[in-house]
Amino acid sequence: MVQRKTVGRVIFELINGLILIIIAASCLMPLLHVLFASFSDPRALARNEGVILWPLGEPTLKGYQLVFNNPNIITGYGNTIFYVVCSTLLGTLMCSIAGYILSRQGLMWKGVLMFFVTFTMMFNGGLVPYYMVVRNLGWIDKRIALIVPGCISVFNVIIMRTSFQSIPISLEESAKLDGAGHMTILFNIIIPLSKAVVAVIVLFIAVGSWNSWFNALIFIQTRKLYPLQLILREILVQNDTTKVMVTTNEFSNMDLYKPLVQYCTTIVATAPILCIYPFVQKYFVTGVMIGSLKG
Amino acid sequence: MTWKAIRRDFRMNWQIYLLALPIIAYFITFSYIPMLGVVMAFQRFNPKLGYFRSPWIGLDNFKDFFGSYYFWRLIRNTFLISFYNLIFAFPTPIIFALLLNEVKNRYFKRTIQTISYLPHFISMVVICGIIRIFTDNDGLITMLVVALGGKQRNLLTDPKLFRPIYVASDIWQGIGFNSIIYLAALSSVDQELYEAAIIDGAGRWKQTWHITLPGIAPTIIIMLILRMGSLFSVGFEKIILLYNSMTYETADVISSFTYRKGLLDFNYGYSTAVGLFNSVINFGMLMIANFLSRKYSETSLF
Repeated sequence: MVQRKTVGRVIFELINGLILIIIAASCLMPLLHVLFASFSDPRALARNEGVILWPLGEPTLKGYQLVFNNPNIITGYGNTIFYVVCSTLLGTLMCSIAGYILSRQGLMWKGVLMFFVTFTMMFNGGLVPYYMVVRNLGWIDKRIALIVPGCISVFNVIIMRTSFQSIPISLEESAKLDGAGHMTILFNIIIPLSKAVVAVIVLFIAVGSWNSWFNALIFIQTRKLYPLQLILREILVQNDTTKVMVTTNEFSNMDLYKPLVQYCTTIVATAPILCIYPFVQKYFVTGVMIGSLKG
Repeated sequence: MTWKAIRRDFRMNWQIYLLALPIIAYFITFSYIPMLGVVMAFQRFNPKLGYFRSPWIGLDNFKDFFGSYYFWRLIRNTFLISFYNLIFAFPTPIIFALLLNEVKNRYFKRTIQTISYLPHFISMVVICGIIRIFTDNDGLITMLVVALGGKQRNLLTDPKLFRPIYVASDIWQGIGFNSIIYLAALSSVDQELYEAAIIDGAGRWKQTWHITLPGIAPTIIIMLILRMGSLFSVGFEKIILLYNSMTYETADVISSFTYRKGLLDFNYGYSTAVGLFNSVINFGMLMIANFLSRKYSETSLF
């Protein structure tokens, strides 16, 4: 496509580029501010009124020292890793099975099953009946309450189903002739052929589970079982650093260190996401694309 | 469907049904039993007595709710937050996608995309924490407001500012990620149409107006209909992380009220009634949306 560049076009492209840079900058700026604030000198931080794009004063790791000396954050981190690993394994397994079943052709009850699964997206009993189910199972204040409830997302099932449907049926038919059952077909043929989509689901579930906090808020009471996000909520949202800061002589001035601790915890809790983000971002895009196609 | 056919199907597919068991058990436990659990809405529910022995009180919970001062406040807040969101946060990803589409340099485009998706992956707790820090007495945004002639205060304690803060941060969280679907639609617009338009002497604006926009219109319409279907569902996560008793007047929505009444005040029956009311409205809106979608765009959601 050859088109002569007019003066108007050049001006448009410049302005367009500028607008896009501003949008991208405003997406990034709050995070950079938090990042550099977390290395700043707390006194300089208290005086500061603008955007921080470089550590203020002498760069310091004092905030991180406070954060990592804090037993709550360490146990929270451990708990979160445990919850993420378990719910990702369970969720991926359950979603693959559900996606496999719903992608079978000529299965007698398929229509019924499909309705059974998708109807849960349209109507729900609400928060209190859901809470009561978990309570009646005796799972309140148990780790399992953060792993099993919510492990199947219908959206993920649909993504799996759409992708499994695109696998040529001849492959499994020849496996069937060799005497393979459905389990063999699913685990030895379908899943290995759908590595990219399984990766998408794994990432969806893992990031969702890393970021989730509400189930823990309503189901968990013991602080020892809190995931990181709930500790974060205390520090950032309820603005309460007293429970999580170990007061020592060096850090006796709590008010001074409070903002620093808030910035550092934010970074500590977000760092894993930020580190994997550039590499996995394209998988998420793939997931959205498959999810948006009607199955 | 005869008994014989069922038996044959079962003999052939028993492994599938075995695999289906945990899935079925999951949905029954966590989706369908809660649906039956809505009987609580008609009871003065006491967890010690359970669903069967708690006293039945008919529609009293609903009457309480519809007659209360909260009813219209919750409807208004839920609708307004959702509506402002529709007006401001729905078009921004479309505009963003259109602007990106004009960029010819691939690396520039990809960098902008990657950066703009980032906020979507940050946890709600962290986002709300950052919003709180920025709108605090001496926060960045507060300082900006002061520079523009506003009064210095904690912005999140001002009921008038809750909705703008909520919607603005929603735009920030979604502008990049929600544009993915439009970018996909844009890339599938037939390139030959542009070439034909150029031969006909159409300029860039005309191309955008007559080719690009009609090309992505079906996607926009579907997304819009989907959005309409959830006009009365505003999630509680962000609300309960941002609101406080000073801003309930404008910030409290049906879902956050359900949470507070049910799980903080232990008013189980009443909260279930409010939740059921909301679920029924959402279901109705979704049905209307689906009907409209089927009628006008030849694609239905289900």
